Amino acid sequence: MLKNRFIKQLFNSFLDLLPILAVVVIFQVLIIRQPIPDVLQLTLGMLFVVIGLTLFVLGLEQSLFPLGESMAHAFARKGSVFWLLSFAFCLGFGAAIAEPALIAMSTEAAKIASQGDNLADTDTARAGYAMGLRLIVALAIGFAIVLGVFRIICGWPLYYLIIGSYAAIALITPFAPADIIGIAYDVGGIATSTITVPLVTALGVGLAASIKGRNPIADGFGLVAFAALVPTIFVMLYGIVR
Amino acid sequence: MIAWLSHFGQSLLSTCLGILPILVIILGFQFLVIRKPLVHPKKILIGFLFVLFGIAFFLEGLDMALLPLGKLMAAQLTTPEFLGVSDGQIADWPAYCWVYVFAASTGFATALAEPSLLAVALKVEQISGGAINAWGLRFAVAIGVALGITLGVFRIVTGTELYFFIIAGYGIVVIQTLFAPKAILALAYDSGGVTVSTVTVPLVTALGLGLADSVPGRSPLLDGFGMISFAVLFPIITVLCYAQIASWLNKRRPPSKS
Repeated sequence: MLKNRFIKQLFNSFLDLLPILAVVVIFQVLIIRQPIPDVLQLTLGMLFVVIGLTLFVLGLEQSLFPLGESMAHAFARKGSVFWLLSFAFCLGFGAAIAEPALIAMSTEAAKIASQGDNLADTDTARAGYAMGLRLIVALAIGFAIVLGVFRIICGWPLYYLIIGSYAAIALITPFAPADIIGIAYDVGGIATSTITVPLVTALGVGLAASIKGRNPIADGFGLVAFAALVPTIFVMLYGIVR
Repeated sequence: MIAWLSHFGQSLLSTCLGILPILVIILGFQFLVIRKPLVHPKKILIGFLFVLFGIAFFLEGLDMALLPLGKLMAAQLTTPEFLGVSDGQIADWPAYCWVYVFAASTGFATALAEPSLLAVALKVEQISGGAINAWGLRFAVAIGVALGITLGVFRIVTGTELYFFIIAGYGIVVIQTLFAPKAILALAYDSGGVTVSTVTVPLVTALGLGLADSVPGRSPLLDGFGMISFAVLFPIITVLCYAQIASWLNKRRPPSKS
């Protein structure tokens, strides 16, 4: 049974990756007209990606989804909004602060800032700037998840919050320094990672399922969307204040 | 083999470090606040290890195969020789047609391969009882990412301001919000942030940086950013479109079928 599922999932993962392989091969051979370098390594790498995706999906259904949902149920039963919100904040903050893509990006951003006049051209100043950026983004995501969870509890329509954030971004952008705008817009998408997304989704859906009068589809989603917008606002403010 | 093992060990270690804070938070809250033992601890532990190894293998494979090749191709497609212009001369934006095609197909293909989108699509299909099809959702998102990345490339080539596109995109989303079926809104908003992770970020960033580097007058540091925000915004638009079209088709279908 398990073996069957594994093989089935392996095949599905292969199908998921087929388009990307096709794009790479077609472009390399037909348009750039260069031989594919190191075919052996490409094949081996693709094999790894397929195995990795398969393990991820199988593990997801066994651990992250049930874990997120059972915690949401437990918090709902406990009835303490304070603990639920502090859990939401810690989850958002903890996931973002350790995100490798965010670490890479904040280092890059510090490099840009030190080329302008905003920051001294020293390693310590850059490291401080990068760390500050990471902290701001992690705070923003923690805050976003808290607000999103609060929304599920209160049953506000999501689009109030989303359109409100859009308006805030549109208003702040003209005042933000030009060299931080691109980074600020990108940062939200980068900080939501492969582990955070399933966990946060399961939390939202589980919460919406265990509160009376909430619909898991209409109310349970939206946490990730908010987590991708709020960091933009926070980072632009950080750029203005500095 | 030994070099490979140590490399794999490193990516496993960095995955672990990324997960560690989350694990500590979950266990801390479970035991200190909820104060109940985990249900099926063994099953969850095994599943967690699967996720851990899955991500490590996935990243390792990407590092070995797709990322170097993707970056190489982005660089090759944007060289002056390939574009057919002499170095330093500014080419018209149509000269970059293969770059657009590459951007669109990479965006589409990476979105389909993205593990977190797969996770959310599975969840949606499960809780909607199959009413929202996982493939339909992923397809709509992939089209959105393709569109977004192509526009992002166009922006770098022409040097238009980033916020102009983003704010226009926000406007479209706001208008669609007024008309789209309310039940799908949250999911549609989520679809952007969900999609952009493990595969998309490195590949798309490489494309943006490579392009900003080779187009005269662009600075890779300033103009290279912004691609991700396109890839986050446009799936929202296409998923809302998908929902709109699906609900129209449902209305037009004769009621005898249900």
